[in-house]
Amino acid sequence: MSGSDLERPDFDGWVCPLPLRDSPTIVMGHGGGGAMSAELVEHLFLPAFGAAAAPELGDSAVLDVGGAQLAFSTDSYVVRPMFFPGGSIGDLAVNGTVNDLAMSGAQPVALSTAFILEEGTALADIGRVAEAMGRAASVAGVRLVTGDTKVVDAGHGDRVYVNTAGVGVIPDGVRIGPTQARPGDVVIVSGDVGVHGIAVMSCREGLEFGTEVESDSAPLNGLVAAMLATGGQVHVLRDPTRGGLAATLNEIAGSSRVGVELVERDLPVPQPVADACGLLGLDPLFVANEGKLVAFVPPEDADGVLAAMRAHEHGKGAVAVGRCVAEHPGIVVTKTGLGGTRVVDLPLGEQLPRIC
Amino acid sequence: MKYLDEFSNPDLARHLLDQIRSAATRPWAIMEVCGGQTHSIIRHGIDQLLPDAVEMIHGPGCPVCVTPLEIIDKALEVAARPGVIFCSFGDMLRVPGSSSDLFRVKSAGGDVRVVYSPLDALNLARANPDRQVVFFGIGFETTAPANAMTVYQAQRLGIDNFSLLVSHVLVPPAIAAIMESPTCRVQGFLAAGHVCSVMGTAEYPPLVDRYGVPIVVTGFEPLDILEGIRRTVLQLEQGRAELENAYPRVVPPDGNPAAKAMLADVFAVTDRAWRGIGMIPASGWRLADKYRDYDAEVRFDVGGIRTEESSICRSGEVLQGLIKPHECAAFGKECTPRNPLGATMVSSEGACAAYYLYRRLEHAPAAERAPEPASVGR
Amino acid sequence: MCLAVPGQVVSVEDRDHTRMAEVDFGGVRKDVCCEYIPDVASGDYVIVHVGFAIQRLDEESALNTLAEFEQMGILEEEFGDQFALAARQAGLDDPENGRTAR
Repeated sequence: MSGSDLERPDFDGWVCPLPLRDSPTIVMGHGGGGAMSAELVEHLFLPAFGAAAAPELGDSAVLDVGGAQLAFSTDSYVVRPMFFPGGSIGDLAVNGTVNDLAMSGAQPVALSTAFILEEGTALADIGRVAEAMGRAASVAGVRLVTGDTKVVDAGHGDRVYVNTAGVGVIPDGVRIGPTQARPGDVVIVSGDVGVHGIAVMSCREGLEFGTEVESDSAPLNGLVAAMLATGGQVHVLRDPTRGGLAATLNEIAGSSRVGVELVERDLPVPQPVADACGLLGLDPLFVANEGKLVAFVPPEDADGVLAAMRAHEHGKGAVAVGRCVAEHPGIVVTKTGLGGTRVVDLPLGEQLPRIC
Repeated sequence: MKYLDEFSNPDLARHLLDQIRSAATRPWAIMEVCGGQTHSIIRHGIDQLLPDAVEMIHGPGCPVCVTPLEIIDKALEVAARPGVIFCSFGDMLRVPGSSSDLFRVKSAGGDVRVVYSPLDALNLARANPDRQVVFFGIGFETTAPANAMTVYQAQRLGIDNFSLLVSHVLVPPAIAAIMESPTCRVQGFLAAGHVCSVMGTAEYPPLVDRYGVPIVVTGFEPLDILEGIRRTVLQLEQGRAELENAYPRVVPPDGNPAAKAMLADVFAVTDRAWRGIGMIPASGWRLADKYRDYDAEVRFDVGGIRTEESSICRSGEVLQGLIKPHECAAFGKECTPRNPLGATMVSSEGACAAYYLYRRLEHAPAAERAPEPASVGR
Repeated sequence: MCLAVPGQVVSVEDRDHTRMAEVDFGGVRKDVCCEYIPDVASGDYVIVHVGFAIQRLDEESALNTLAEFEQMGILEEEFGDQFALAARQAGLDDPENGRTAR
């Protein structure tokens, strides 16, 4: 079960990071995609679904259907504002699910689109979102094959909620997943980090700042195909959205029971992102990305995979940023610019601008 | 960023570290007062890179950590009232009160909003004339001018649906309180550079004289911090106790006169109970009587608050530099950034949170880090 | 406390009788209240905390400080001895950048 709306920046408030195990109601943190969402799934949904539930709920489900490996994924989008520098909820809705599928090595085939529209929303806005979805789907090479529309009373729902679900085909022999990382693997990032998060933050109420940074939302299935075509092994793929690189690497380190060592100096943080982070007191490692992926590749295949990435339009800035180690399993550390080391922890929620 | 990035130059940092290493012939304990300095030290691994002889004790310069529990509880009470838009810096949202925090208040339906600047709160008041907008005015002397100007503007423009919940704390009385403690181990101080850019340096020579400790006004980037430490170590090795300014590019000796004038107009000195430390006389600012109308404590008549701290939290001892975070039995077990028992585990420059985030490898608690659940979402 | 970041003033204007400036932080731009820097002008560097310019940044002083750090590396090679270094530095320091004893 993928995370819901709050994996995208939430403009009405920040995500609640505290675990409220004894809360009888849903709180914002349950939608955060982090530890609280996991608890909701493990302690409410899975037991309620009973025997019908699959034992493992990842970004995409992999199903054996008549001998073929199919990836199946769903995601909902309620981001505000609907339109932000470099994109819209429409781009995210298509690219997000396309990328979920691509992260298990699947070639996405088709998406469904379901809309929950608030009474009174401007048709022109819906039109813009739909156009963005159509464009994104064409670029990604997927078809939007089925859909649904519901309308709710004004005041219920938030102008537009979009859900997309997608299926894709995983090529034979491809086995990619968060438990597959091994000591020695090279950690590769496909390009600049922190771009999407800063782009949307720059138009957040109360924080507005002028920047040229635009969201990097993009479909990554072509890039993944190019990486797999090298014949090299790819152990793990993940798109570091909410919680940034820090969340993604911690989740993989935990799932695979490996340690991860980063080299801070090698992280591709573009200057405008670094400046915005400096202004607000944010750490680029925790800022959301779109249109970027992290790959864990065995050392003997790393050069080949990197070369293939750099030759692709969405991997031009690909760079190795660290490696897996057998030490400190589940913990991510980074070597600082000065040569010290520090632990990079799992973020609790969306980073908050600080005064200190 | 210009005039920022240059002060992280690793080659120059190495020079400074070498200097410190060759200068320090005996163990010294130096306190950096400012939480922002603590953050920088831990984040860049400076405490790791310093020679063993130089120990950094993390001081109480984290306004999030020391904001009195009673004020937090008052903030929570006000934020929960219908019709109120409660605005705060991001740092304060997760600080635990006696039984809740601003995030939980928001979950329960309170209108709690994070702002970057107090002026944003004032603009919200202008845009929402039918609501009461309250700004949580915490911080040291660095932040006080911003809060002061905002209240001044509110009064000048007649924005009567705006009020300020004030809890400012002052650095020099904190230094004095730390030195007065019988168990004090601090031998030198890095004074908070941005506090001094506002207030100037005049308040520190009396402290140097009274306690015979070197005080070096220090910045926040790695080179600035290393230089501050270098100068302090040199003084200690040479048996000197002086005020030095290692951050001259933004600290003139008289600070910012325009800001100081506004501060004198808007605020009045008051006794303040520092969370985890206790009452320090004349260590805080409250709104002056002429701004009484904009004082949220008066406007909302928040009385009868009964505070209750966690009984096992030792943040007070951490704040005074008496223990290191990992020496607390609850560190990493009952008390984590996810489940903070005290404020020092909440703010990223609270010493406990900084230790937890950046030092878990060296000071691992007895229980091994539990495996994370298999990833179930993005 | 005190995340205050240096930026360069791009333009200054009065808004509601309040001195405001657009400040450039290496590409990121933000509106900043400059009431506390009364004679602020385009091109000035200021440090900004929670939307307010709280002090000027003295560029010459910044460059001098960096130069001192560079010098230190050279002197370390020459002298090695910290006390000789300190003595030499006492000669190098000018009153503005040096120690303020009392």
